[in-house]
Amino acid sequence: MAERWRHLRSVPEARLLGAVVLLSVILAITTPRFATVQNLMDLATSTAFTGILATGLLVVLVSGGVDISFAATASITQYIGLTLANHGVIGWSGLIFVCLLIGALLGLVNAVLVSTLRLSSIIVTIATQSLFYGLLMSVTKGQDIYSLPDWFSEGLHWVFYTDSHGAQQALNFQIVSLVVVVAFTWWMMSRTSVGRQIVAMGGNPEAARRVGFKVFQLNLIVYCFMGMIAGLASLVHAQYVQSVSPSALVGRELDVLAAVVLGGASLNGGVGSVPGTALGVVLLAVLQNGLALLGVSSYWSELCTGIVILVAVATMARQRAHRKAVLQEVVA
Amino acid sequence: MSSNPSPAVREPVSDPTSLTQATPFIRLDNVSKRYGGVQALSGVSLTLQRGEVHCLCGQNGSGKSTLIKIIAGVEQPDAGSHITIDGHLLSHLTPAISTRLGVQVIYQDLSLFPNLTVEENIAVRQHAGRWHKVNRKAIREKARDAMEHLGLALDPQIRVEELGIAQRQLVAICRAMAAQARLVVMDEPTASLTRHEVDALLALTRQLQERGVTVLFVSHRLDEVMEVAEQVTVLRDGGSQGCYPAAEMNDERLTMLMTGQAYGYHPRQLDHSSAPVALSTQGLSRAGEYDDITLQVRAGEILGVTGLLGAGRTELALSLFGMTRPDRGEIRINNQPVSLATNRDAISHGIAYLAEDRLSLGLVVEQSIGSNIIVSVLDSLTNKLGLISTKRRNEAVKRGIERLRIKTRDPDNAVSTLSGGNQQRVVLAKWLATEPRVLILDSPTVGVDIGAKDGIYKVIRELAAQGMAVIMISDEIPEVLFHSDRILVMRQGRIVSEHIAGDTSADILEEAVHG
Repeated sequence: MAERWRHLRSVPEARLLGAVVLLSVILAITTPRFATVQNLMDLATSTAFTGILATGLLVVLVSGGVDISFAATASITQYIGLTLANHGVIGWSGLIFVCLLIGALLGLVNAVLVSTLRLSSIIVTIATQSLFYGLLMSVTKGQDIYSLPDWFSEGLHWVFYTDSHGAQQALNFQIVSLVVVVAFTWWMMSRTSVGRQIVAMGGNPEAARRVGFKVFQLNLIVYCFMGMIAGLASLVHAQYVQSVSPSALVGRELDVLAAVVLGGASLNGGVGSVPGTALGVVLLAVLQNGLALLGVSSYWSELCTGIVILVAVATMARQRAHRKAVLQEVVA
Repeated sequence: MSSNPSPAVREPVSDPTSLTQATPFIRLDNVSKRYGGVQALSGVSLTLQRGEVHCLCGQNGSGKSTLIKIIAGVEQPDAGSHITIDGHLLSHLTPAISTRLGVQVIYQDLSLFPNLTVEENIAVRQHAGRWHKVNRKAIREKARDAMEHLGLALDPQIRVEELGIAQRQLVAICRAMAAQARLVVMDEPTASLTRHEVDALLALTRQLQERGVTVLFVSHRLDEVMEVAEQVTVLRDGGSQGCYPAAEMNDERLTMLMTGQAYGYHPRQLDHSSAPVALSTQGLSRAGEYDDITLQVRAGEILGVTGLLGAGRTELALSLFGMTRPDRGEIRINNQPVSLATNRDAISHGIAYLAEDRLSLGLVVEQSIGSNIIVSVLDSLTNKLGLISTKRRNEAVKRGIERLRIKTRDPDNAVSTLSGGNQQRVVLAKWLATEPRVLILDSPTVGVDIGAKDGIYKVIRELAAQGMAVIMISDEIPEVLFHSDRILVMRQGRIVSEHIAGDTSADILEEAVHG
């Protein structure tokens, strides 16, 4: 039993879960509002954008790359998608389709550049981020879209619970998207051949090539997937804030990256899991929400977030170093 | 979304039973390969019979790697070369074709996925090809089959990064077998294994052979070559020196074929008993590492220290160099007790240490040869302003290069441009710049081929002749037998016996090492 407990404690996901549960319990006791259905639903809705992007970015990190351009990609997809929607050309399904398609195309650009130039993906995607963003700003002249179609502004709702006072609790577009993305990505990465090949490639790209994996195709899938995720996330965001601004999303990359790394993914590739990433996102969201409910100013909240990320990453690094040392002793 | 078997396990193009046993599995005729201006292979022929263990020997740069790449389909041979597999003359070979015909290459780095489990590594080819749902049961069964066939007892759920190098090698062999290998090429499989692990690997090689699998074993460690192979093909400078039955081969002949030179070594017969003691220890102990070590080494003497990996050799060396502190006992230098709290103390007392892992610990390989040589003596090269004097720097670099005869046109070239043997000389030069009185060498010739080894031995002898006390740690018995004056055998942290090189033999030492 003790052995099992120790093993469980060494799993990063278990530690994160512990942190989330602990924090939630504290907040539930100290603030009356935290543990209400309404607050948790609001929390999930506002976190959906980060959570969806983090899940996509996880796939890129596990494959051994990194993508900085997804926020710029999302800015483009939502701008084009909602411009078309405003002209009455497309409805809900068309809108989602267009955003996924444009996202995939921009991801394709990344994949081709990373594969053919054989440059590190961080350099390539920093460049494409500027490229995508610059292109969008110059074409739109930086103008926001304020009036959205009514059907989009209303959003999508699936009522699942009506309390005794007749108040309804509904799953909205944000929450459903988040759940679908997390579940699909988890299934893809752990249960499909493509997912396992991506994980393997992240662990040892040279070996992947030698074993006969089609590395170019895998990269194509990874970056296009990230692009499509960005496309979907852009709609989640636009619907939530009820407007589209070409400059609203760029700058959010590092928050997302921090959440993924907090969730146990390695920037060196091959390491990371969907549940871990989800917990990383949840931990940060609960922390910020809790601090806001406690009346802590947003500056202090930033500071706390930074400390939590540092502590978590340092603990993980120490644990890895310790494991490595133990292994070396065993081997010698 | 189907879960068909991957292409790697499809039946070979022809039915092997229709061919007579006498048809060789693979025949290479007149294979040549030119890279730019370098003729890597010229007119090499190689025939591998079914179920044969064949050794491919040659020094670094002799063309072994190129030949392997051609067999694997990674490189295309030049026109005029012929490759016949299973009696079929093939116009060209690609990695996919080669794999389909049952060729599996186990590269020196093993090409495993450290972040995946043992079973997933073994059955990794199940993932290749289409987008389909992973059949975890099939993977488990495939891995279990391969492991059972080879008698490998490992937790299939453990991640490969948690395994030692020897176990990883076994996983790589299992993976080859799971891919229906009919020819397994092992590139320098023993380079990082201990003697005991090598024995296990050789036993496994014989097992593969019994199952009708052809094994091409690439190595330059002679003793192993002799033990396992039936046939030996020797390459030198891209050309074949012929194929010989292993039974007719001996050390000297093989060395002669590989290098074109004869190297005859005999134990040293020098008397140092009148020379002053340079370094001695009394009852030196460190918990869990070494225990009650009493030794002395005199000026001009080469003291060999041997034992299995984990016998405490390296741990002892680290304490003598001040990297770790002994719990008990005393270290004396020139008969004065010293306290070595850090390696700076050790260096100031005239001790130099050449680490086992010469590339990762001894050198900054991306920097120039010159910078590496002087890095440990920067303080002594400064001028009045405290800046490094270019003139004194260049003198020191020149001294180091000449003293060790490092073959380079320009000391400003990066260390990574040098061959392994010359890199080792740079490490030596770096330490000699500190003018040490005691030089500790840990496995100085690991991964170096015979010709370069000989050069290193020469340097060590020269240094000893100049009056330096040398402690040479090695797990190769012939190395300590022929290149030291006195030999200490360590086992489980203790010195178990002491031998005079002229009065002992490899067998006696071997027995002492294993106990």
